Amino acid sequence: MLKMQCAKPIRKRLRKRNIKRSRVPLSKTSSVIFAPSADLTTEGKEEFAVLRGFHFKLDRAVMVPVQRHWILSTLSVELGKDRIGARGYALRDGMNAATYDVVIVGAGIVGAACADECARRGMRVAVVDREMVGSGATAAGMGHIVVMDDSEAQFALTRYSQQLWQALRRDLPEDVEYDQCGTIWVAADEEEMAEVRRKHDYYAQRGVPTLVVDSEALQRLEPNLRDGMAGGLLVAEDAVLYPPCAARFLMERAQELGAQLQLGAPVTQIGEGRVRLSDGVEIAGGMVVNAAGAWAPELTRGMEIKKRKGHLVITDRYPGFLRHQLVELGYLKSAHSVTSDSVAFNVQPRRTGQILIGSSRQYGAEHGEVDQAMLTRMLRRAQEYMPGLGQMSAVRTWTGFRAATPDKLPLIGPWPGDKSLFLATGHEGLGITTSLASARILVDQITGAKPEIPIEPYLPSRAVKEVAHA
Amino acid sequence: MMDKDSQQPFDVLVIGAGPAGMAAAVRAAERGGRVGIVDDNPNCGGQIWRGAEDDHGQEATAWSSRLRNADITKLFGMRVFHQPETGVLLAEGTDDVCELRYTNLVLATGARERFLPFPGWTLPNVMGAGGLQAMVKSGLPVRGKRVVVAGTGPLLLAVAAYLRKQGAEIPIICEQASWSSLARFGVGLLGRPGKITQGLQLKKELAEIPFAANSWPIGAHGGQVLESVTISRGGKTEVIACDFLACGFHLVPNVELQSLLGCQISGGFVQVDEFQQTSVQRVFCAGEPTGIGGVELALVEGQIAGLAAVGEKNAAQKLFGERRESHRFARMLDRAFRLRPELRSLPSAETIVCRCEDVPYSRLQEHRSWRAAKLHSRCGMGPCQGRVCGPATQFLFQWNPDSVRPPVFPARVGSLGRVVSGL
Amino acid sequence: MHDSLLRAVTLSVNGSPVAVPAGATVAVAVAIAGQPCRRSVSGEPRGPLCGMGICFECRVSINGTPHCRSCQIVCEPGMEVRTDG
Repeated sequence: MLKMQCAKPIRKRLRKRNIKRSRVPLSKTSSVIFAPSADLTTEGKEEFAVLRGFHFKLDRAVMVPVQRHWILSTLSVELGKDRIGARGYALRDGMNAATYDVVIVGAGIVGAACADECARRGMRVAVVDREMVGSGATAAGMGHIVVMDDSEAQFALTRYSQQLWQALRRDLPEDVEYDQCGTIWVAADEEEMAEVRRKHDYYAQRGVPTLVVDSEALQRLEPNLRDGMAGGLLVAEDAVLYPPCAARFLMERAQELGAQLQLGAPVTQIGEGRVRLSDGVEIAGGMVVNAAGAWAPELTRGMEIKKRKGHLVITDRYPGFLRHQLVELGYLKSAHSVTSDSVAFNVQPRRTGQILIGSSRQYGAEHGEVDQAMLTRMLRRAQEYMPGLGQMSAVRTWTGFRAATPDKLPLIGPWPGDKSLFLATGHEGLGITTSLASARILVDQITGAKPEIPIEPYLPSRAVKEVAHA
Repeated sequence: MMDKDSQQPFDVLVIGAGPAGMAAAVRAAERGGRVGIVDDNPNCGGQIWRGAEDDHGQEATAWSSRLRNADITKLFGMRVFHQPETGVLLAEGTDDVCELRYTNLVLATGARERFLPFPGWTLPNVMGAGGLQAMVKSGLPVRGKRVVVAGTGPLLLAVAAYLRKQGAEIPIICEQASWSSLARFGVGLLGRPGKITQGLQLKKELAEIPFAANSWPIGAHGGQVLESVTISRGGKTEVIACDFLACGFHLVPNVELQSLLGCQISGGFVQVDEFQQTSVQRVFCAGEPTGIGGVELALVEGQIAGLAAVGEKNAAQKLFGERRESHRFARMLDRAFRLRPELRSLPSAETIVCRCEDVPYSRLQEHRSWRAAKLHSRCGMGPCQGRVCGPATQFLFQWNPDSVRPPVFPARVGSLGRVVSGL
Repeated sequence: MHDSLLRAVTLSVNGSPVAVPAGATVAVAVAIAGQPCRRSVSGEPRGPLCGMGICFECRVSINGTPHCRSCQIVCEPGMEVRTDG
């Protein structure tokens, strides 16, 4: 049995300074994890562990290097009469009572990307999710990596993130199914062709290669589109991938760097550096990141996020039928209404040869059931553009909830009113695309590094309904 | 011929035209209700009475003729895939889709074989026991072919007898259950003279075919097609050359439609009251989905459901005694052919478990639930929608099935996106 | 065997003519032609498993329509069946 004692004079000091702040009492037998950032030193024969300025005497310590962490296993902690504890270096079972630099709520693609980014910068990370990795909006979405130009800020974030995905591409395992198939924005008429040319100019000025295609060229690129389309804009660097496996890849990379993952753990409360699970266990962290997607407002009151329901349908395998992601330009007219329900023609060729058919947007729906009226509208729209879809075998439909903000930009950064709380949510239909960039600029803010793009448009302070000052 | 798309709802709509569905439709129609019956097969009879009518004895002939002569709208070759709103089902045929309205619904969706993965089970000519029988009934010649019959359940004997009649050579029947549980089953049958007669008849047909209990296939071998099977027989292995392996591990109920409709399901079976009504008002369920019990139980449950659906509760009650008898047989079946735990170690790391997406056993072991496996390995994401690998993984890993979403069976995009009148 | 099954129907499987008894399913025609029905997503040959239309292993292309469950479809004269995608 190993023993760890506070050296006496230090113990007094500790008691004075910390007993009230201590949140996690050390139990008699505790495992202790020291991260490299925990500033662990040993002095002389009598070993001392210095944790964030608190000195502990170690009678006999076996230090096992695990990844980049030192683990002192099964320490018996001599506490004396006063049950003092340096804030949370004790681990009761698994990670429950440990302290982390960052605790991330939500193991979707955004939470996973944040965990990966934090771990890569040497932080101690814990991730909790009520279900499993990539099972919320991540599993429900189409999985596109696209540049978008609704606003300058949306462009900056999507382009930055797309480049991060491109850099990551070589490392992605096969099951992520990354495929740079390109997007074609389909113009049905001359009015939409004008939009094609405007988009082309916009992207050209910002260094994104695009190609304007006329009616015949479009027909050659996508022979299964109905005749008579005016043309389109090919955005060649856009890609698609399979999001649940992408999220898992990021999470596993973070875990290799020591991130702790707890699944099947619903969170009931967050704030002031703590995350409380439904079983009453609290996890303490320097910072808490709310990456709970459309459920983020349930944990952080006052943020303006609405659930926006979507439907998708996937077919059996029809390799060669579709080559690019296709999106109607009428999308701009239909998808942008903040209040009404809408559908748009949006299809994707998956690496499997399957065709993913979208999309629909609905506010106010709380239940995940398939809504026949929306499904019908969505599929009819798809068949108007690609009549051949009608004969294809649909193997599955599903729905999901996107986290929508009023200005269609995500919330990335500190939450006003709680210095320990950061948000990474509100990504609506672009969470897969922007996950990597969101993680970058979030962690830049946590660590004080200089972000590569201006972050002001994404700061949560812009979208506060009522800041609840305690 | 029939107003498929009528806005007028059926008093009783029956899904599935096997014994349970036929009985339900016939009894409901005899009481004067407006009755429809739907099945995806081109003919009635289900799996058990598939093919020529006179092959299945007097009972089958009698019910077929009652069904033929009753005033019932028959929608064969149509598969129900969706309930877009309460009281409306969508069904798809080869080139059409129709909207079926109902006041009362009887779900008699039958069962399918349970398949368990073992090395080589994906080779062509390794089929279900019922699967091979169905192929032979559809014209596949097996005269002179060697067929190993293996797995578990009474179906194995019926299939072996049928195949032999068609000229196949059966080198062995491998039953995974132990002699002792089979013996208990045999003793239990003493109270069921009908079953004994059937058994004796089968015994005659099966004379000289070696029957081995405590045995099961552990590997199928061949290049492009099956050439031989390794079996474990009483603890020893044996290689047997063959042209076909007919292998099924008893039955699992088809409860996807019931699940879509919100019917309560417990332990894999649809929960019903004494009148065969499910937890959803006016939705009845009969036959294998309420418990695997064979033809006789299906027939009596179907009759009760059909009668209850048209409000003939007294007539239905008269059948309760008969149903109790058949329930006893169902419980015996369940006990006798329970899967032995050794079968969980049949697959090797490379053995494909999900045949639609080719997901090997090793990729499933790391997951904790069916949904996690689906999301991260694609297991069950193919067109069979997990009908094959779902029951297998349930046995291998104790995973529970997911909630069900439309389409409950793959359907054309055009059919799924159909505008439902009145919506 | 029944009378209906004795009359032959001729169709083509991967371009070669195959004669089957009337009433036989396409899966039977493919088996008589000695072909697997399909290649799995990793390239394995596959044939029918369940015989009742639920396992989707017997998918073939019929007259240009892919993913037809051959065990559920009765042969018609002149049908063009392909098992090579």
